[in-house]
Amino acid sequence: MVERTPILDFFSYAFLVLGIVVVGFPIYYCLVAATLPLSEVLKYPMPLIPGEKLLENIRAAVEKGHLETQLWNSFLMALGITVGKISVSIISAFAIVYFNFRIRMLAFWMIFMTLMLPVEIRILPTYEVAANLFSPFKSLFRIFNLEFGLDFSLLNTYSGLILPLVASATATFLFRQFFLTLPEELCEASKMDGATPMQFFWKIVFPLSKTNIAALFVIVFVTGWNQYLWPLLVTTEPSMDTIIVGVQHLIPKADQVPQWNVAMAGALVAMVPPIMVVLLMQRWFVKGLVEHEK
Amino acid sequence: MLKRSHYENPILPYLLISPQMLIVILFFLWPAGAALLQAFQISDPFGQGTAFVWFDNFKNLFETLEYRQSFLKTLVFSVSTALLSLLMGLALAALTNRILKIKTVTRTLLIWPYAVAPAMAGMLWLFLFHPTYGVIGHFLVSNGVDWNPVLNGTHAMVMVIIAASWKQISYNFVFFLGGLQAVPRSILEAAAIDGAGPLRRFFVIVLPLLSPTIFFLIVMNLVYAFFDTFGVIHATTEGGPGGATSTLVYKVYSDGFVGQDLGGSAAQSVILMVITVILTIVQFKVVEKKVHYNG
Repeated sequence: MVERTPILDFFSYAFLVLGIVVVGFPIYYCLVAATLPLSEVLKYPMPLIPGEKLLENIRAAVEKGHLETQLWNSFLMALGITVGKISVSIISAFAIVYFNFRIRMLAFWMIFMTLMLPVEIRILPTYEVAANLFSPFKSLFRIFNLEFGLDFSLLNTYSGLILPLVASATATFLFRQFFLTLPEELCEASKMDGATPMQFFWKIVFPLSKTNIAALFVIVFVTGWNQYLWPLLVTTEPSMDTIIVGVQHLIPKADQVPQWNVAMAGALVAMVPPIMVVLLMQRWFVKGLVEHEK
Repeated sequence: MLKRSHYENPILPYLLISPQMLIVILFFLWPAGAALLQAFQISDPFGQGTAFVWFDNFKNLFETLEYRQSFLKTLVFSVSTALLSLLMGLALAALTNRILKIKTVTRTLLIWPYAVAPAMAGMLWLFLFHPTYGVIGHFLVSNGVDWNPVLNGTHAMVMVIIAASWKQISYNFVFFLGGLQAVPRSILEAAAIDGAGPLRRFFVIVLPLLSPTIFFLIVMNLVYAFFDTFGVIHATTEGGPGGATSTLVYKVYSDGFVGQDLGGSAAQSVILMVITVILTIVQFKVVEKKVHYNG
């Protein structure tokens, strides 16, 4: 920056390149393995130049693991979570910022509490609710020795994959924070013009939130696609597996032919969609990442 | 909090918050409450009766060696993962910031592990560390290391730590680069004129100015290592061998969902809730501080 430091510069470049190579290596290695025939993958050292069998390996992985159904499931789940999270968050934030109502602060704190309750720490009871949506009522009725006869299971359904993950404290806070920065005059003017609250939302607030929505979209889509524990719990039928869960079945077991090339081809199929989203929408992604965590 | 110019409406705000409220109550608060209640109860295996046993579940938990060891393993795993990925992220961000005018290219080259699911990161590293077919595993074996993550607990732990921290490097990189770019040039130039070399400037000026970012990232990395790494462990070692990589979160899953121990699992959930509450409070204190530092 200020002085000339050729030696330090050289080492800086060298270490940076080395770092990039180290970080990128697992993905490159996966890509190469996915392009090789079985005999080459099992060689040591495995060649580090891509072969020509990529399509064949992908086809083998898709057939062996039913990846086409799983890709579709993952896509629907990620999209459902994204649209759901953004929709419920933006309208809750709108209500909390622009309406004076009795349980405003209570609602805010209830949403805030979800931050402290990741699915990992309430696995069983959440599973019970998903297995029967009316189980809370059942328990409440039982206290009074009454029977609540309705059952409704979300297991092995798209709603089961999506709904429990749709609440979002961070997204709600992000919108709330953004709405608080909007000038007061916007609401005053639209009131004066006789707009209803929902007209104000659709015509003014929503269009202004578009950048925030785009930034959130990328990050929520990627985390939605990458969900693992919850899909593992609520889906038992292979036809409802998401690709991140399903592709793990391609990992060769001890007594199987070690088809790591097929496994890596499957891994590639599972990883490429979120990687593409992050790389192509990098600007939005970085913005979303930084603001999402505030 | 509330806008000065706002609406009064008897129904609309309730309608607007109801979707999120329903999900929060049904899938978050009710299950958390149920876990709290179950943690103080034992139920017979047929689900017929329950008895209130106060802190017996917790006592049993801490009396088992396995659980106490799991605490220790979680600590080792989380601290190593956080430390490794923070150092890598900081080093790469510092180098990028030092020598490159255009930072977007490096950012693009370093950002992709973020998009890889923890379970997929586990799968990639499982292959790399495979003693026979993986390049790193085979390299270790042929150099005299008896590398075998399937049988050796320490090896398994090293593997999951590396897989988990690799995935988090990009995250730390993005935040560190942002923090580094916010360090005022004028201060660095003044220090250079006073004769401080590049390394001295980094340690004496940049690092202290970066401390809010560092604290923030330490908390975020610990949260990540605690909760989001379930996929890494499940996809690679499944807590094994012999429970060597069974972290607290993995144990809630394996004892509760696989082992069907309701009371014990609920007690574990409650312990994790306490840890999360502490981490969240620390996180908010840190964020407050960060805002304060930035003026």
